[in-house]
Amino acid sequence: MNKVLMSGNFIICEAAIRAGCRFYAGYPITPQNEIPEYMAEHIRKVEGGVFIQSESEIAAINMIAGASAAGLRVMTSSSSPGISLKQEGISSMAACELPGVIVNIMRGGPGLGNIRPSQGDYFQATRGGGHGDYRTIVLAPATGQELADLTMAAFDLADKYRNPAMILADGMMGQMMEPVIFKKPKPRQYNEKFMLRGAGKGKSKFIRGLLLDPIDSEEHNWKLARKYEVITKNEPLHEEYKMDDAQMVIVAYGTAARIAKGAIKRLREQGMKVGLFRPITLWPFPEQQLRSLSSKIKHFLVFEMSTGQMLEDVRLALQGYADIKFHGRPGGAVPTPAELANVIARVYERTINN
Amino acid sequence: MAKTVYQRPKSLKEAIFHYCPGCGHSIAHRIVAEVIDELDIRGITIGVPPAGCAVLAYNYFDVDMIEAPHGRGPAMASAIKRALPDRVVFSYQGDGDLAAIGIAESFHAANRGENITIIFINNAVYGMTGGQMAPTTMLEQKTTTSPLGRNKKLDGYPVKVSEIFSQLRGVTYLERCMVNSPANVNKTKKAIKKAFQCQIDGHGFSLIEILSPCPTNWKMSAVNSCKWIDEVMSKEFPPGVFKDNIYAATKTAEVDS
Ligand SMILES: Cc1ncc(C[n+]2csc(CCOP(=O)(O)OP(=O)(O)O)c2C)c(N)n1
Ligand code: SF4
Repeated sequence: MNKVLMSGNFIICEAAIRAGCRFYAGYPITPQNEIPEYMAEHIRKVEGGVFIQSESEIAAINMIAGASAAGLRVMTSSSSPGISLKQEGISSMAACELPGVIVNIMRGGPGLGNIRPSQGDYFQATRGGGHGDYRTIVLAPATGQELADLTMAAFDLADKYRNPAMILADGMMGQMMEPVIFKKPKPRQYNEKFMLRGAGKGKSKFIRGLLLDPIDSEEHNWKLARKYEVITKNEPLHEEYKMDDAQMVIVAYGTAARIAKGAIKRLREQGMKVGLFRPITLWPFPEQQLRSLSSKIKHFLVFEMSTGQMLEDVRLALQGYADIKFHGRPGGAVPTPAELANVIARVYERTINN
Repeated sequence: MAKTVYQRPKSLKEAIFHYCPGCGHSIAHRIVAEVIDELDIRGITIGVPPAGCAVLAYNYFDVDMIEAPHGRGPAMASAIKRALPDRVVFSYQGDGDLAAIGIAESFHAANRGENITIIFINNAVYGMTGGQMAPTTMLEQKTTTSPLGRNKKLDGYPVKVSEIFSQLRGVTYLERCMVNSPANVNKTKKAIKKAFQCQIDGHGFSLIEILSPCPTNWKMSAVNSCKWIDEVMSKEFPPGVFKDNIYAATKTAEVDS
């Protein structure tokens, strides 16, 4: 298989099309405009491929819901403010158990914020984001290769659990050129009985989220909750880096984890025993995996490009068994590995070398 | 042997409508179902009910259906049609759904010339949520959120969907009808049939606006509601064909092929 050099946003598109995505709808917003642009050109080249530049992000999410119900693999993308607009639709897809992939190339917030890379949408992504008791599967790639692999995985997971899945990346991931090998996607496994394609001569079907009877609605909520439990048990993914002898663990995802790796390399050269725990799935959060570290290691530092959101999941995972520090750069600020290394070194000096 | 002169359309399930007595939704459902039967398209039709009094339309129509969030029906319907171009796709919407919260989705589906049909129930109020002011509420009309009557200075004017949408080049067929008398019901049914046929023939976007009684929220008897449509509503919203490009579309199709 050939290695090619592509920017992150294009990698997502190419992986999606290869994974069988045949419907894309989206509305322009920086820093993800390359996605609708690439889709406009390339998804239409494949048989049955549909691209619609929607009138808004709200329309886009409902378009992919419709095409998903009709049986296609579907994707939409946006950046932070646009993802906020999609939330009613995402909640509705979760309620109706419609698979679909949503890409959030995060930018600085809140509000219009700015167009710099940021990680301020962690809460929104991992807590469901919209209304009601539901969850979205959230994958956080940190390399070009992972953008491809996890985009393909997102389609499979969305189908497997009949639930929306999100790629949570940021402007840095989206714009960066990296080498990538597109692996062969798995053949789609999705039962036709969940598709709405006209009743033919048979019984008609309907797909709905409205359940007026509270007992029916409660049962539906528990059914979804049981599904989320299975996902939580089976699907957490994470990476560990230089953890063998680590006395301090940096917990970071996506772009922040890349910066942390650069920082850790420098710190290791100076003899500091620092490792990285990188959640790849943000929901389900690799909670057990992180907790199991706390029997040996007592010092954790969470680094996020936000004021501290994943931090809460780390606290929940470690349950007070270890000391947790936090370093954050919100609003579109991105530190260099050297800057982060200095921050970590100071903490290391105070705690471990003390 | 007795001759059957009236029966339940095959495309309606054996369920009793939950609509209030005298409500136009029941009539609209029935004639849409009759048209689906007559065109023999039950098996290839996909309907998109709205948030609104017709939210449970899937309990009545015996065709595949998917509920849309409030106002988003045309976005869903557009996508379903693009995914399955040989199916017949319709979205069924109230005036709040189409002309307020979902105006963007409706307008742009029309402007893209999506080959779908919108059945638009204009009853001048928000039925489901208890009779609040709609974009189509008459000036001076009292609703729960215009207790002194709709005031043009504060609340703006009734939105004339058919007049506005007929300006869009994406629209092929657009007619405003009423369901307040047997003759008008027949006319409405013909319009709906024409709209579905327009879609089946691949001619593009069609919309049928139906002036429809909501006796409950108008606080009138069913009979007076029908009269009010004649005497008040149809003056603001005159019935008629606002756009018929079907013939032109046929010609273009001939040139294209
Ligand atoms: C996002 C959102 N906002 C508000 C509502 C509440 N709601 C449901 S139906 C409706 C209005 C219905 O009025 P209309 O579209 O005119 O249809 P009718 O009930 O009169 O047939 C409203 C406001 C909702 N379901 N979703
Ligand atoms: S409230 Fe009005 S629109 Fe709703 S069912 Fe009753 S009469 Fe019909």
